[in-house]
Amino acid sequence: MALLKNNEMIDDPFVDATGQETIPADGPVLVDLHQWQSHREQLTQRADPVGVRLRSDQPPELIARDLESLALVALEFPVFRDGRAYSYARLLRGQYRFDGEIRAVGDVLLEQLHFMERTGFDAFELQSDDPLGDLQVASADFDVWYQPAADGRLSAMQLRHQSD
Amino acid sequence: MYRYDEFDHKLVAERARQFRRQVKRRLSGELTEDQFKPLRLMNGLYMQLHAYMLRVNVPYGSLSSRQLRKFAHIARTYDRDFGHFTTRQNIQFNWIKLEEVPDILEELAEVEVTAIQSSGNCVRNITSDHYAGRARDELADPRVYCELLRQYTILNPDFSYLPRKFKIALTGSPRDRAAVALHDIGLRMHRNEAGEIGFEVLVGGGQGRTPFIAHTIRDWLAPEHLLSYVESILRVYNMYGRRDNMHKARIKIIVNQMGIDRYRELVEADWEQIKDSVLKVPQAEVDRINAYFAPPEYECLADIPDELNDVRARIPEFDQWMAANVAEHRVPGYSIVNLSLKAPGLPPGDMTADTMDAVADLADRYSLDEIRVNHRQNLSFVDVRQRDLFTLWKELKLLDLATPNIQSVSDIICCPGLDYCNLANSRSIPVAQDLSRHFVDVDHLALVGDFTINISGCMNACGHHHVGNIGILGVNKRGKEYFQLTLGGSSDENAALGDRLGRALPQGQVPAAVETIVDTYLAIRLDGERFLDTYRRVGIEPFREAVYSPVQARAVA
Repeated sequence: MALLKNNEMIDDPFVDATGQETIPADGPVLVDLHQWQSHREQLTQRADPVGVRLRSDQPPELIARDLESLALVALEFPVFRDGRAYSYARLLRGQYRFDGEIRAVGDVLLEQLHFMERTGFDAFELQSDDPLGDLQVASADFDVWYQPAADGRLSAMQLRHQSD
Repeated sequence: MYRYDEFDHKLVAERARQFRRQVKRRLSGELTEDQFKPLRLMNGLYMQLHAYMLRVNVPYGSLSSRQLRKFAHIARTYDRDFGHFTTRQNIQFNWIKLEEVPDILEELAEVEVTAIQSSGNCVRNITSDHYAGRARDELADPRVYCELLRQYTILNPDFSYLPRKFKIALTGSPRDRAAVALHDIGLRMHRNEAGEIGFEVLVGGGQGRTPFIAHTIRDWLAPEHLLSYVESILRVYNMYGRRDNMHKARIKIIVNQMGIDRYRELVEADWEQIKDSVLKVPQAEVDRINAYFAPPEYECLADIPDELNDVRARIPEFDQWMAANVAEHRVPGYSIVNLSLKAPGLPPGDMTADTMDAVADLADRYSLDEIRVNHRQNLSFVDVRQRDLFTLWKELKLLDLATPNIQSVSDIICCPGLDYCNLANSRSIPVAQDLSRHFVDVDHLALVGDFTINISGCMNACGHHHVGNIGILGVNKRGKEYFQLTLGGSSDENAALGDRLGRALPQGQVPAAVETIVDTYLAIRLDGERFLDTYRRVGIEPFREAVYSPVQARAVA
C-alpha cells in the first residue's frame, strides 16, 4: 500500500506480516503485538528493521522496554472516532522518547490528519484517492495552536511570552 | 471581559473556514453523514427532531451587550426570532439550515464568540460561577483559569476524540453556584496554609442515566499546574475510558469502576512526567489574562439600605423582587440583579430577539455592558448601582423579566424535551409551564423560600433532575408520558442526588403532587429551615405518604 510519509508518497518498505502464521526471514517487517511477544528473541536479532502494530486497546507501555529495537510503531484507528492512539503517539514521542516512525493505520481520514500530525504521527495510510492533495488541504487549515503538542510548534501562549 | 488578541482571532477565523470546507464536502457527498457527524458536533451543530440546532458558547457565562445583540441578529436572520439559554452557559438556536452555518460562525467570530466544542466527544464549554469577580465570598476570580482552560482545550489534538463528552466547571467561592461536583472535572478554589490560592480537583461527577457526585482526586493544586494536571486526567481517561458502550463511556464510570485511588495513581504517575514541562503556566500569561478581568472602575458609592427600604415599604412588588432577585455585590453601592427567564407560562430559558436587544440596551445603561448567563437558565446584571435598582426593576417588568422567583419553586430548570429533542421521551416544557402557572402567588413563593425544581424530558438529565430539590423526570410507559419525582437533590457545595419518591405520575397530576410536597414541607419545617434542610432532617417518608396516600385512596374509590 502507498504510504504518506514526510509529505511524500512512498512505497511501504515494510512487509505486513501481522496476523500471518509465518514471518518472512528477512527484509523490513511489521508484526502484531502477539507475534512480537512470541518471537521477540528472533526479531531483535534481525539486521532489517522491525515494526510493531498496536490495536487501539494495546497501550504502548506493552512495548515500552522494546522501543530501542523498533523502527516503526503502527497505531490502529479501528474507526476514526476512536481517539486512543492520539494519546499513544503523544506518550511514544514524549515520555518514551521514541524517534522512529509512528504510522497511523486503519480508518485514517483527511479531517483527522492534522491532529494526528500534532500528536506525533509522521506516516499515514490515508483512506483517500488523493492523499497528497488531502495533506495539503489539512495542512493549510491552521497556523495558530493553543497548546503544545508533539510537533514542536509553539503554542499561542509561548509566542505571546517569547520575549519575556 | 476577556478580549481576543491576534492569535485568538486568527484561530477562530481558521476554524470557521475549516468548517465551511467540511460543510461543502458534506453537501457534495465527499463526507458521509457518519464521518461528518463528529465534525459538525464539534462545531456545535446537532440534528434535532425538526431541524439543525446550533449551540453557541458563552465562555464561563460572561457576555457583552454587543455579543447579545449579535445573538438577537442570529435569531432574527437565521432562526425563528428566539434563542434558548441552556444549563451550561450556552445559547441554542433551534431552526438552523446547514448551509448557513458557516456564515453564522463567521458572524459570531466578529464578536469573539464561537460554537467550537459546544458538543461532541471532547471538552465542552468551560463553565463557572455567574457571580465570578463580583461575589462577596469569592477567594479570587476563577475566570482567568477558565480562560486558560478554554484555550488549552480548544482543538486539543490529543483529546478531540474522547470516549464521550467532557465538562469542566470552576468556582472561586465556597458557595458553589457552578455545580462543580456534577462535572467530569470540578475545580474548587481554596487557600492553603501558606495563604496561597489553589484548586481542589474533583473528578468523575455527572448526571445522565448513571449519576455520580465527583470524588476529590487532589486536595490542593497550585494554579501553575492547572493545565498539566487536567492533561493527565484527560490522558488517563482517553486511554482507559470505556468505548464499548456509549452509556458507560463517561469518566465517572471508569473512575467508579477502577476506584478513585487507582485513578489517582495513574494520573499522578502521568503528571510526574509533565508537571514541569511547557504546560506550566507562566505568571506572565496569568497576568495578561487577569488584566481583562480587572474590576471595572466603580464609582465611589455607599450602600443605600434606607432609601431602598423606603421604596420597598411603599411598593410591595418591588420589595418582593428585591428579596428574591437581587444579590449582594462585593463593592458598596452596587448590587447583582438576576433577570428571571421564568415568567409564568413561558418555556424556561427562551428569549426573543427583541428581548435580547432590549436586555443588551439595559446592560449598557445599568450594568457596565455586561451580562452573565447562569446554569439555572437565567441572566444576571452584575454591576448595577443600587440607586438604579428601582428604575431597572420597572424596565425589566416591561420585558417580563422581573418575576420575583429566583431560586424559588417557579424558577424551574427545564430541558427542551420532546418538543425539540430527538433523545427525549416526554414533553418537559409543558410540565414547567403548568408548574409556573400553578405557583404564581409571589407571597406564597416568598413564604416557601429557597427551592429548586429541575425537569428532564429523559434519563439523559439535561434538565438536571437528579440535583433538583424536586427532580422531575419524563418516562415513557406504554407510549404514554409519565413523570418520576425525586426529592432532596442539590448541586451546591453539599451536592446530593435526589431520592425516588415513588411510582411515576401522569402529567396532569404533577402540579398537585408538587404542591403537596411544598405544603408538607411548610407544615413540618422548623424555623429558618430550607426545604433541603427539612428533607435531610425528616427523610422522604412524610412526603411519600402525603403524595401517594390520597392518590391511592382516590384510585380505590
